[in-house]
Amino acid sequence: MSTFEQSAGRPHLALSRDMMQALYRLLAVALICVVLALLSDVFLTTNNVLNVLRQSALLFLMASGLTLVILTAGLDLSIGANVALSACLAASVIKVTGSPLLGVLTGIGCGFLIGLANGILVTALRIPSFIATYGMMWMLTGVTYYYMAGETIHGFPASFRQLGSGYLFGVPMPVYVMVLFLLIGGLFAQRTTWGQQIYAIGANPVAARLSGVPVERRLVLVYAMSGAMAGLASLIILARINSAQGDIGEDLTLPAVAAVLVGGTSLFGGSGTVAGTLIGALILTLVLNGMNLLQINSSWQPLVTGVIVLLAVWIDTRTRRIGE
Amino acid sequence: MSAPGLSLGSLPLSRVPGVAVVLVALCAIFGVLSPGFTTPANIANILSQSTILLLLALPMTIIIMTEGIDLSIGAVLTFSSIVLAVTVIATGSVTLAFFTALAVGLCFGLANGALVALLDIPPFITTLGTLGIAQGLSLLVTDGQSVVGIPPAIEHIYSGTVAGIPLPVIVAALAYFATHALLYHTRFGTYVFALGGNREALRVAGISVRGMLIRVYAFGGVMAGFAALLMTARLNSAHPTAGIGMEFDAIAAVAVGGTSFERGNGWLLGTLLGVIAVGVLRNGLNLLAVPSSTQVACIGAMVIFALFIDGLRSEQ
Repeated sequence: MSTFEQSAGRPHLALSRDMMQALYRLLAVALICVVLALLSDVFLTTNNVLNVLRQSALLFLMASGLTLVILTAGLDLSIGANVALSACLAASVIKVTGSPLLGVLTGIGCGFLIGLANGILVTALRIPSFIATYGMMWMLTGVTYYYMAGETIHGFPASFRQLGSGYLFGVPMPVYVMVLFLLIGGLFAQRTTWGQQIYAIGANPVAARLSGVPVERRLVLVYAMSGAMAGLASLIILARINSAQGDIGEDLTLPAVAAVLVGGTSLFGGSGTVAGTLIGALILTLVLNGMNLLQINSSWQPLVTGVIVLLAVWIDTRTRRIGE
Repeated sequence: MSAPGLSLGSLPLSRVPGVAVVLVALCAIFGVLSPGFTTPANIANILSQSTILLLLALPMTIIIMTEGIDLSIGAVLTFSSIVLAVTVIATGSVTLAFFTALAVGLCFGLANGALVALLDIPPFITTLGTLGIAQGLSLLVTDGQSVVGIPPAIEHIYSGTVAGIPLPVIVAALAYFATHALLYHTRFGTYVFALGGNREALRVAGISVRGMLIRVYAFGGVMAGFAALLMTARLNSAHPTAGIGMEFDAIAAVAVGGTSFERGNGWLLGTLLGVIAVGVLRNGLNLLAVPSSTQVACIGAMVIFALFIDGLRSEQ
């Protein structure tokens, strides 16, 4: 079993396997790009490339926190609804106080608290994570719709909007945020004790507990981090589209789950990387962007995303079976 | 994940209070807060409205008992309802439309079961994927619009009565007793208990675990098709978002009813009470003019409360 070898201290073997997986996925990215470039004249325009980068940065931010959750063999289905509530609260705070900083703190704080609540439901009440976070999703959606009452909040200070629509050296700001969190997430998962404990919990929770890992506390941490990342993503969406509505986070969860799984993180926990999720986010964004460019009815998007999720998990289960 | 700690108890009887406390408390609160709550007309209304949910919660109980879940049941209900409406408008035949809806439900149920049993894909991911597929198909077929112009014969299925009892209540009662008999008085039911509690024993006994799982999910799909008939009749139309989120109510009803997500402990009567609790909560909040979106948050709070009470009891 690959996960076992990783934790048993054979990093070279594990690294090369991860490298091979990453190479296959980068090949897939290249292939999709070639196909799209052939099919659409618009694909290779600067505008569209920047657009794809910005979109995948956003998807990556949500999916990076989710990656940690899935590494523990859990799932967070509440991130889309978390984005909606965090964005709406942050929007009101910015409107009322005029301070982008307070808005940013509100967005990330709200996301963090929601994640904390998820962690408590999963650990203290022992509700399976997919049910707890699925319930949380519906509850958050309810609260958001009640809070917004059909209203739209729009028009934010230019300094705040820089976060989503600004450029630095010709590269969209969200891309810098993405690179920052790719480094933070990668270092946290691979190079810290807590990160390694997260892998251990996912690979074998009983063994992790017996070797002294505080499983409950790490799980709460992981859900809180996933929530905080959703809060951060909500700010970038807010800054980009310059308005907040109750349905702002709709249709974001399934692509994020798909990005993590396509990125090679196993749904069964214990194996995967944050960097892989970046490639997954890129693949997902390219597919959805390509469908837009080819003017395919957007109703096809949830269907295609659903099929991609199923395919990714099927490949995952097959690989595991062969590995055993 | 199975780890020591707060346990939900092992005997179904130990969970009677969770859902009973919730139900009594809800009736007391709404009885005081809104005068219209205790009228016979309103109680009949609660029962009628709960029927669609019961049809979904019954198979959901069985699916959860096998340590599975069906997140797609609301979307499948929606798509079946759309297919039913489109078919009845195109052909004029209610029977044909009904069986088409059942077939659509069955197909999705079989697909769920096949993905879970044959490809070993975890149930929540399988059904999350098929949820996306059913939702996408609903949008594609309707282009996001309502399907209207359904013949009155269908509407009567929801509004009709037999000997003073609303027709949907009779349908739901039959479905309940049938599922009860299936779960407690057939070999199938015994195997369902084993699927969640002791899958290895089933294998050793030579029972096809895969076949059982496919049947369990297929049952969920067929019941969603059945519920589509009642929902279409109730709304007198089909809409691509009509049944979205119904799986949340169904899972909540099962959880409030004391079926645990681990170890195959299920309690069908608890699910019935859980369905009524969700119905009472929604009805009471409606009377107090609380918006539907906020009701969802209340249902979530109710589930957490019931799980909390059950947790307390089992700790004693």
